[in-house]
Amino acid sequence: MTHGVAYDLSHLLGGIILVLSFALLSQRRLDAVITLYAAQAIVLAVAASWQGWSQGVTGLYVTAAVTLAAKGVAIPSALRRIAHRLNLRRSIEPALGVFPTMVLGVAFVALAVLVVLPTTAQSQAVTREDLALALSVVLLGLLMMMTRRSALTQVIGFLSLENGLILAAISIAGLPLLVELAVAFLVLLAAIVFGVFFFRIRDRFDSLDLGHLDTVGRTHL
Amino acid sequence: MLTLAQSLLPGVVEQALPIGLPGRPMLLALDGVATVFLLILFTLGTAAAVTACATPPQATARALPCFIGAMSLALLAADGFTLLLGFEAMSLASFVLVLTHPSEDTARAAKLYLGVALLAGACLVGAMALLGALPGGLDLRFAAIRAHPPEGLRAAAILALVLVGGGAKAGLVPLHVWLPPAHAAAPGHVSALMSGAMTKVALYVMLRLLLDLCGPAQPLWWGVPLIVAGAASAVLGGVRANLEPDLKSTLACSTIEHVGFIAIGLGLALCARAADLSSLAALALGGALLHAMAHGGFKGLLFLVAGAVQHETGTKLFSGLGGLIHRMPVTTAAALVGAASLAALPLTAGFAGEWTLFQAALGAPRIGGLWFQTLICVVVALMALAAGLAAAASVRLIGIAFLGRPRMPRTAAAYEVGRFARAGMIGLAAVILVLGLVPGAFLSLAAPALRALASADAPVRDFGLTVAPQAASPGYAAPAIALLLAVIAAAAFWLIRRHTAQGHRTGPAWDGGFGAAPVWLPFGDPLTQSSAASFAQPLRRILATTLLGVQEDVDMPREADPRPARITVTQYDPAERLLFAPVGRAREWLSDRADRLQFLTIRRSLMVMVTVLILFLAAIALAEQL
Repeated sequence: MTHGVAYDLSHLLGGIILVLSFALLSQRRLDAVITLYAAQAIVLAVAASWQGWSQGVTGLYVTAAVTLAAKGVAIPSALRRIAHRLNLRRSIEPALGVFPTMVLGVAFVALAVLVVLPTTAQSQAVTREDLALALSVVLLGLLMMMTRRSALTQVIGFLSLENGLILAAISIAGLPLLVELAVAFLVLLAAIVFGVFFFRIRDRFDSLDLGHLDTVGRTHL
Repeated sequence: MLTLAQSLLPGVVEQALPIGLPGRPMLLALDGVATVFLLILFTLGTAAAVTACATPPQATARALPCFIGAMSLALLAADGFTLLLGFEAMSLASFVLVLTHPSEDTARAAKLYLGVALLAGACLVGAMALLGALPGGLDLRFAAIRAHPPEGLRAAAILALVLVGGGAKAGLVPLHVWLPPAHAAAPGHVSALMSGAMTKVALYVMLRLLLDLCGPAQPLWWGVPLIVAGAASAVLGGVRANLEPDLKSTLACSTIEHVGFIAIGLGLALCARAADLSSLAALALGGALLHAMAHGGFKGLLFLVAGAVQHETGTKLFSGLGGLIHRMPVTTAAALVGAASLAALPLTAGFAGEWTLFQAALGAPRIGGLWFQTLICVVVALMALAAGLAAAASVRLIGIAFLGRPRMPRTAAAYEVGRFARAGMIGLAAVILVLGLVPGAFLSLAAPALRALASADAPVRDFGLTVAPQAASPGYAAPAIALLLAVIAAAAFWLIRRHTAQGHRTGPAWDGGFGAAPVWLPFGDPLTQSSAASFAQPLRRILATTLLGVQEDVDMPREADPRPARITVTQYDPAERLLFAPVGRAREWLSDRADRLQFLTIRRSLMVMVTVLILFLAAIALAEQL
């Protein structure tokens, strides 16, 4: 019975994370994008603590706490501050329309399921389904990075991709905590570097639209 | 002689070196095959080293011992790693040596050479990996590979890789394009080593990998690619040797020809062994080894001569040479000895090797059915054509460069080379004279190799004095023929001396119907004697028009225009036009495409990565569904 509940609940949480990824993909307003990212991180923290309880691994509670503190609270508030200081309140223009993006996203999820389910036929059921969900989240994060023009939303795409990695990490029983911590630390470093870059790009071009960077590259040809 | 050779040669004892791959020490062994090639290498190496004493020390001089050492390592290797290490070190050292006199032409030749050497190395690494993929994991020891010879598709892949890898380094058509420029760019003694020894090491690698390691149980068609490539090399090299404008390229093209001859011998040995004709296999292999020895000697000698000529006259172009027989008698004598062998005149080293190879080819129709017999007929005809072309090339070489009148003032004032260079040439000339007179003795040196690879004795009789293809046939008894000819020549000389008037006078050199040089042209007008290009014209028009795409453009001035008429001849090597040029264009196109990736926008480069990832995942999903 416990196993059944663990199975259902972990899938539910993974499913919520995936739905939030789709929401991120379709959302145009920056404020809402940051809120959705924070919500995804909070659900991820809940999923991590649920896995910690059902697998009986104390380390996963640490992961949950770190996720909640860093990605649920600290990074979103930092992003909000950046957006405020750079005066990025207006809506953002995706490079690709919402409908084609959604179609591509659904195709990516289908591909992830097609890849993961047959290749992991021998392993535990929980791990299989969760791995498919995690790979979908990673692919949707990549898609978000591809379809957005603004550097800030590209970074949120990257951070959401990293949420997918953590989701994969927590659902595999017995993965050392060190791996998750290393990934989290890497993302923190990347966030700092991105933050610095935002201000440099903004100072130089009065905009975070990366199209300006590309024209610079062309003039150096 | 045979027993002496046997007692001199040690048995196959593997010697492990304290270095090598982790847990796999490098192995050395000296067997019959390696002995023959080491003999060539050390004879040539000694001559080249003595000659190198005469040249001023250059920055690249240290590469010469490395070159010889690397070749020895490749020949002594008893495992794949050591063999490849020696082979690659040999390529690298010779690349450095080609760059001894840096210039734009030299750099281009060296780059082309390095590219082909890399291709050869890559192919041989692949072949070695396939050979070493044994049931018990990767094992590169020759002994282990011999115990499990490859079969089927794997063996065919090995054959293809060895043909490309070894053939590129040996200079077999169509991968011979690097050879003439690289040999022309290197100093004389280096070219001698490259042509005489390095191409032989490449042939040794082919021999070791195909005849030895792949075992005797291979199908009959295995030798056919070698025979075809060899015949093509022999003819193309022979034709080009008659058309090249300089001394060293001529010799290099003739190297392509003789490498082709040796490859034919190896191919015939492979075929004969597959048909269980062990004595024919021994004859073909013996011919190949004998011709390798002979070619190593006389081509090395001729390259030393070319180096001496270039050193003293400052040019290697035929258009600047001529009349050197008066100024450089020792060099000319050495050139005559080498050129006689090159032309395969009887009683010379080249004749012994080619005769044995021809005997093997003429006996080869026994091997297979109608198709094979037709192939052999064509190959024998092409071999005869190539031998004739070689004779024409050597006549052109001697006639234009050493006879006639000098074509440049500096050539007219040339001096004989120093004593070191003379010693190198005289030593090699002596070796090949002996080889020409007693070829059977040298052939019995190859007896252990023949017993190991063809499981038959060397085709030698009468204590190594006669080369005998079959036990019943008379064979080629060079010492007896030499004795007979010497007696006849002495008698003729004595008769002529007895019946002629005393005293002599010197007439003008034959110069195409013109008399002695007029007084206002102290060196004679060079244009009144036939040039290298005009000497080659008949052959060029008959053979090279289609083969080499020769075009002759005549620029005839109009009436009352005092400028001279000019004829411009352009020619292309077919391999260069049909193989190297398209590959070069493909490389340009690819690098152009790859260059564009560098300037993609950030989102585009992300897209490229994601697309690749998606394709990868889709491939996995597809593989799972199937």
